[in-house]
Amino acid sequence: MNDKNNREEMSRAKQAWEDKVNKATGKYPERKEFKLDSGLEVKTVYDPLNMEGFDYLEQLNWPGEYPFTRGIQPTMYRGRLWTMRQYAGFGSAEETNERFRYLLDQGQTGLSVAFDLPTQIGYDSDHPLARGEVGKVGVAVDSLADMEILMDKIPLEQVSTSMTINAPAAVLLAMYMAVAEKQGIPKEELKGTIQNDILKEYVARGTYIFPPRESMRLVIDIFDFAGEKIPNWNTISISGYHIREAGSTAVQEVAFTLGNAIAYVEAAREAGLEVDRFAPRLSFFFNAHSNFFEEVAKFRAARRIWARLMKDRFGAKNPRSMMLRFHTQTAGCTLTAQQPDVNLMRVAFQALSAVLGGTQSLHTNSRDEALALPSEQSVLLALRTQQVIAHEIGVTDTADPLGGSYYIEELTDHIEREANRYLEKIDEIGGAVKAIEAGFIQQEIQASAYRYQKEIEEQKRIVVGVNRYNESGEQPIDLLKMDPATSRRQIERLKEVRLSRNQGEVATALQDLRKAAQGEDNLMPYILAAVKAYATLGEICGALRDVFGEYQQHVHL
Amino acid sequence: MAEKPVRVLVGKVGLDGHDRGAKVVAQALRDAGMEVIYTGLRQTPEQIVETALQEDVQVIGLSILSGAHMQLLPPVLEMLHEQESHDIIVIVGGIIPKEDVVYLKENGVAEVFSPGSSTEEIVEFIKQKVGGNY
Repeated sequence: MNDKNNREEMSRAKQAWEDKVNKATGKYPERKEFKLDSGLEVKTVYDPLNMEGFDYLEQLNWPGEYPFTRGIQPTMYRGRLWTMRQYAGFGSAEETNERFRYLLDQGQTGLSVAFDLPTQIGYDSDHPLARGEVGKVGVAVDSLADMEILMDKIPLEQVSTSMTINAPAAVLLAMYMAVAEKQGIPKEELKGTIQNDILKEYVARGTYIFPPRESMRLVIDIFDFAGEKIPNWNTISISGYHIREAGSTAVQEVAFTLGNAIAYVEAAREAGLEVDRFAPRLSFFFNAHSNFFEEVAKFRAARRIWARLMKDRFGAKNPRSMMLRFHTQTAGCTLTAQQPDVNLMRVAFQALSAVLGGTQSLHTNSRDEALALPSEQSVLLALRTQQVIAHEIGVTDTADPLGGSYYIEELTDHIEREANRYLEKIDEIGGAVKAIEAGFIQQEIQASAYRYQKEIEEQKRIVVGVNRYNESGEQPIDLLKMDPATSRRQIERLKEVRLSRNQGEVATALQDLRKAAQGEDNLMPYILAAVKAYATLGEICGALRDVFGEYQQHVHL
Repeated sequence: MAEKPVRVLVGKVGLDGHDRGAKVVAQALRDAGMEVIYTGLRQTPEQIVETALQEDVQVIGLSILSGAHMQLLPPVLEMLHEQESHDIIVIVGGIIPKEDVVYLKENGVAEVFSPGSSTEEIVEFIKQKVGGNY
């Protein structure tokens, strides 16, 4: 960025060049307006003149050094590659266990569990509202018995397991701990993540159960409990992924995710937790969308904002509290049902942006996911895409290879500035919880989603195979077929579990949990006791529903 | 006499929380001059039919991406049939496999809009179907 030419000389040269360009574009106009989703106009070219006063140490520094713009580890992927973690789960615990073991055999390095909707919303498989949903978008887990099958023959001391579970996160974490205990694995060795990010459920993902205040209590109980008992566990994965999938821009994704993160940190501090005790276990989850450079810059900007927030606003002292560690998934909403093989290319570019952005783990989507849950063959291709990026194309040889690019640095600054502007607005409203209750976040996302759709329909945004190049009528690949008997078998097992356990023990555990929920105790030990007694997920969440009530969605349209 | 605006119920049936599509469609229909009642998440088939009758809509648009459509959509169609509300047009959006589309269309769904459909197509479809009633 420093240049031996002096500034005046460069400005003169640039002026001459601009005159030439203007003349040319006067004759041959450019194809279109070049703009980012967040409104920033993209310039013809970026140069050092835009970067006057750029402070390398302040803005970038070396990888592994505050503010971690260039990555959280000093040598990045030269030391260790990211964790290749494909989100999987469908049907019964047996089927999902089989898929997990297949993925591990193929070189995957971590597990990521998808649960079905009844599990995510705290209903047993035989609940009337579970009709049609059992085992559909993930695996059904009703009790410890299912978790035992799900993790059968998987070395829990070696793999790290991520569980996409939010409202009932405490219950599923307790089940996982109980299985590990039965397998004889010391708690301290357990590695993994629970999503446990309830705030984005209200605005983007929809699997809430309890009202915000009660939900926040559960989140903080987990921070407190896990910090002590399972020190290597990520207690939350604060997720922009779903905010982006719901239609937000890259800037909004960063801003609303970090806005939620601020709310969790504040809630934990109000509960008396010291910031450096819980912050090192906070983790994040972002989307890798299609605008390649904007995405790379987004990851870098998110790291820098977080580091500064933790240091300046929350007074963190431990550098680990300031490091934004994140998982990435490629953007499901960019997959097309038309010409599904083309999705392989989209996924590869998106995955590359995540790697160039310094992700700690990655899920690559499968080509057939706009049509069904992915087939085994499609998942394998998606995993192979990551392996090609890791081993064949040289992008892992050096840390932050795009750092110092005039464009990337200006985009990184832009995203940081715009996201901070949103964060100020959220502060003015009174924090993320209030902003959600007021519908502010939802309306912002909704407006962006609508604009995006209009742009596609007006051909301002080209989607190959959808609004252009859409003639070919090829038909896909074998799709995954769900076994229609899954639901029946799951309900049978649930009934067996309910009959074969010690009923007195279950009743007592649930009663204790109810009482604790009315008071102020940390709920985790009570939930763990209930899980070990084979109380079902529906019973445990039911006890909490009795005390906490249920969230009623406010529709802001 | 000015035409009365078309009334449309846009609903999310089942436990699926993906409401981007439903909300975008709701807004597009509103921009096209229709009156839209949006139910929000987690509606049962019974709630959908009840709201549709109460609100006196001509069109029900249901969005579902969880794969539960074959369990959750037929009850809606059956209840409408029982209520003799044959004039209510039911359209569906979401991830619905081809063979299920065929079944649903044979059993009373007027159209299924798959990923990649434009809101313009949906608006035109409704206008064409309901247009005759005015």
